[in-house]
Amino acid sequence: MTDLDATDRALLLALAKDATQSAGALGRRFGLSQPATWRRIRKLEQAGILRGRQLRLNAEKLGFGVTVFLGVKLATKGRVSLEDFERAVSAIPEVQRVEHVLGLYDYRLRVVARDLSDFERVLRRRIMTLPGVGDVEANVLLTEERRPGPIAQDG
Amino acid sequence: MLDDLDRRILRHWQAEPALSPAELAGLCGITPGKAARRITRMQEEGIVEGVASVIDWAAMGYTVEVSLRITLDKTVPRAFDDFIEAARDVQEVTEIQTFLGRVDVRLNIIARDMAHYQDIYRRRVLTLPHIADIEALMQVARIKAEEALPL
Repeated sequence: MTDLDATDRALLLALAKDATQSAGALGRRFGLSQPATWRRIRKLEQAGILRGRQLRLNAEKLGFGVTVFLGVKLATKGRVSLEDFERAVSAIPEVQRVEHVLGLYDYRLRVVARDLSDFERVLRRRIMTLPGVGDVEANVLLTEERRPGPIAQDG
Repeated sequence: MLDDLDRRILRHWQAEPALSPAELAGLCGITPGKAARRITRMQEEGIVEGVASVIDWAAMGYTVEVSLRITLDKTVPRAFDDFIEAARDVQEVTEIQTFLGRVDVRLNIIARDMAHYQDIYRRRVLTLPHIADIEALMQVARIKAEEALPL
């Protein structure tokens, strides 16, 4: 698939930082005309590489002081359908991310809460009561860093 | 502090991050000027950090995604710093998190295929400093990913 040139990659990096930059402003930065920039962005969207946008909010400033990563093992595989579990867990507003994984656990969840006692409430009332839940392991997030990923290097 | 109107703006915006301030104003039933002022204030206060494009790594050809849960040798004083510094040099690492719990550090790694992953794992990950133990969770499917806050 990777027929992206250096300019495409530079555009991707810039948009992953700030999606609100206009084609004109990006074009001036990378030495392209406004229509040429617009065509490149369009192409990246059509290829599915630019998959929508995300509003970045500061969770702590909004009162969400605790983020927990949960590993969940299902206790009754086969009897409970995975779809039932997935539907129920995805409907919990505090659950931000749900991934079906292979390994020590069956699912990986990212959960936000106001504080540890709020997290305990979510865990006991919402997560432990989900259909088929077995073992749960919680790790409280201390720091997080998002990296640009392999945009710049490979060709 | 945030009032109900701020929260309403954020809820709509979070659900559709491509909306303009004028469109958000329409959805909230307020004037565009008022919406713009609220948004500017929330940006200045650091509540709104920005709007970012989401890159689909699978569409870029990176079809393998693995979550590596790492325990470090904490008898080494600078174990965390050394490890994280070295992990930043691995381009295929897209997230680095540190935890309080059984796991010390988590790396999210993407690769083109299993052979590529194997290569990154052997040459770049296992050579990172101060690793005591590693567990891998391979992603099968992403069920929910928008990372919205329950406002």
